[in-house]
Amino acid sequence: MIEASTGNYAAAQAARLAKADVVAVYPITPQTTISEYVASMVQKGEMNAEFLLMESEHSAMSALIGASTIGARTFTATSSHGLALMHEMLMWAVGARTPIVMPVAARAIGGPWNIWGDHQDAISERDTGWLQFFCENNQEVLDTILMAYRVAEDRNVMLPAMVVEDGFVLSHTVERIDIPDQEEVDAYLPKYSPEFFADTENPMRFGGLVTPDLWTEFRYRIAESHEISREKLKAAEKDFEKVFGRSYGSPVETYRCEDADAVLIAAGAVAGTAKEVADQLRMQGKKVGVARIRVFRPFPSEEIRKLVSSVPSVGVLDKSYTFGDGGAMFNEVRSAAGTLEIGSYIAGLGGRDVPPKVLIKIFNNILEKNRGTVWADLKGGDFDD
Amino acid sequence: MTDFQFPLPKEEYMYPGHSACPGCGEPISMRMLLKALGPDTIMNVPAGCCAVIPGVWPTYSLKIPLIDHAFECTGAVSSGIRAALDHFGKEDVTVVGWAGDGGTADIGLQSLSGAVDRGTDMLYIMYDNEAYMNTGNQCSSATPCGANTTTTPGGKSHQRTKKDVMKMMIANGIVYGASLNPAFPEDFMEKVVTAKGIRGPKFLHILSPCPSGWKFDPRNTIKIARLATETGVFPLYEYRNGETIFTKDLKNRKPLEEYLRLQGRFKHLSQADVEGMQRVLDESIQKLLKEE
Repeated sequence: MIEASTGNYAAAQAARLAKADVVAVYPITPQTTISEYVASMVQKGEMNAEFLLMESEHSAMSALIGASTIGARTFTATSSHGLALMHEMLMWAVGARTPIVMPVAARAIGGPWNIWGDHQDAISERDTGWLQFFCENNQEVLDTILMAYRVAEDRNVMLPAMVVEDGFVLSHTVERIDIPDQEEVDAYLPKYSPEFFADTENPMRFGGLVTPDLWTEFRYRIAESHEISREKLKAAEKDFEKVFGRSYGSPVETYRCEDADAVLIAAGAVAGTAKEVADQLRMQGKKVGVARIRVFRPFPSEEIRKLVSSVPSVGVLDKSYTFGDGGAMFNEVRSAAGTLEIGSYIAGLGGRDVPPKVLIKIFNNILEKNRGTVWADLKGGDFDD
Repeated sequence: MTDFQFPLPKEEYMYPGHSACPGCGEPISMRMLLKALGPDTIMNVPAGCCAVIPGVWPTYSLKIPLIDHAFECTGAVSSGIRAALDHFGKEDVTVVGWAGDGGTADIGLQSLSGAVDRGTDMLYIMYDNEAYMNTGNQCSSATPCGANTTTTPGGKSHQRTKKDVMKMMIANGIVYGASLNPAFPEDFMEKVVTAKGIRGPKFLHILSPCPSGWKFDPRNTIKIARLATETGVFPLYEYRNGETIFTKDLKNRKPLEEYLRLQGRFKHLSQADVEGMQRVLDESIQKLLKEE
């Protein structure tokens, strides 16, 4: 059914369609309306889930780890400080092999306070072991949550998954989306059926103290599952296309890159604007393209290496900053590509719009093969008029 | 109170081979608790001695499912387990959150309060060894006044009274509360069986003597636990329907000194200190008896 939908409404619809068994929520801007939509659907009986009002995000994640260990399909959503507060339990969820799926309406992290969008919260959790998907539009938010359950709950993966939507730019912006029918989703997404779950008929322990004698092997198994998830995601997206007729080119979507002289690598909603700008520049005879990192964890090193080696000049746009090191996505791209000849652009922090004029300057800069880090929308910075 | 039939049930849900220190009070209580609850029980534990005692991976000494998690989230994990069990029609499974005084009175207090507020049908246990014992005896808010710990060296610097978590839980809305002492197994078992039969958030406070932290001969665990109740330091009571009933006599008490002098953590106390503490204890018990 075609509806006008914000990213948050799309995320809540995905939770309903996935038939999440247990939802635990704690409000935070700009995620809050996801929790509100789910609350409303549960109350109206449109969604048959246990709905838990938690007293913090840390507790929301903790409750879902407990519920998932019993064998429930679980859902929550968060942003910013909420995600940071969850950090400990994000790591626990990975070690406990609980395939929780969670949209993150990405936002800056204080202090001082800033409630608006960037990628600092999600990027800062890149070492936790969660699968991380970045979405470009609201349809993709809904679709990716369904795919995320498929991949996360695969018995050879068993890892939690974070579906990132840009705070406000997607979370609160209305777009036209197609909300699939329940029957179609049921055909695509089977019931969660874990190999191991806490059961009084078959008592076992989920956790315990693991000594140096075996810890490395536990970690290695998680690393293996991350590797396995690469192919599982591609398969999940292929199946998704068969059922719903849409796909997103996981893990890296390329747009007009084949003959490009310059490619901008970005993640999230800003890639949509970048595609528009690329079209405009192409009309002026500038051969530019966009590569959108849709899957950030596991990092698509192979795809990025191939792309960078086939294009004369590449730059990376980060909507976050790792102090003392630079743009996180830039550093990952540079490391995967094995070259220092990549431009780094920081823009769109704390809700600052990234309009076409900034992106045009970035594309031109990549074409000129300028290197080093440019704070592309800094007042008084290199690109300021 | 429930009419509980002794002797203890023969079925074992906690096997030998666990990794508690000799003389530790905790496995005694865990074993009795599980005997009283039976096999339809799922337990969750945070960081603490309770995470180590059931065994180091891959050994495991309990015969019920156990879910480990971080330090501060016993209440929240209990809510999540309960929700999933209810969703699958397993309302009869008892959910036990078993956490220490640090994991309950301090770092886990928010999550416990949230779980009680949500009305989570759970049996929350605070096994109270009166300090952060798994990290080697640091002061918690449940450490009694005057006790020596590694962060209150000498003991004299610790002049705060023990945090009354039960009172907080009663205000928070528990449907049942009780203090339990492994030295009184009949009373202990009866309270667990009673709690199991009531839906909603239940809070049990178990005294758990710790030989290494309290500094006593491991053979004296039960003796010290018994003295804690007999001197009035750890009164045994039940709270239900707004009423508190003492389940062991509080009027005829042994001198506090008998309890204190068996423990190295109190050895620095002068006779005057002990007399002062006896006065404070007597006053607090007079107050309790009036409230009953």
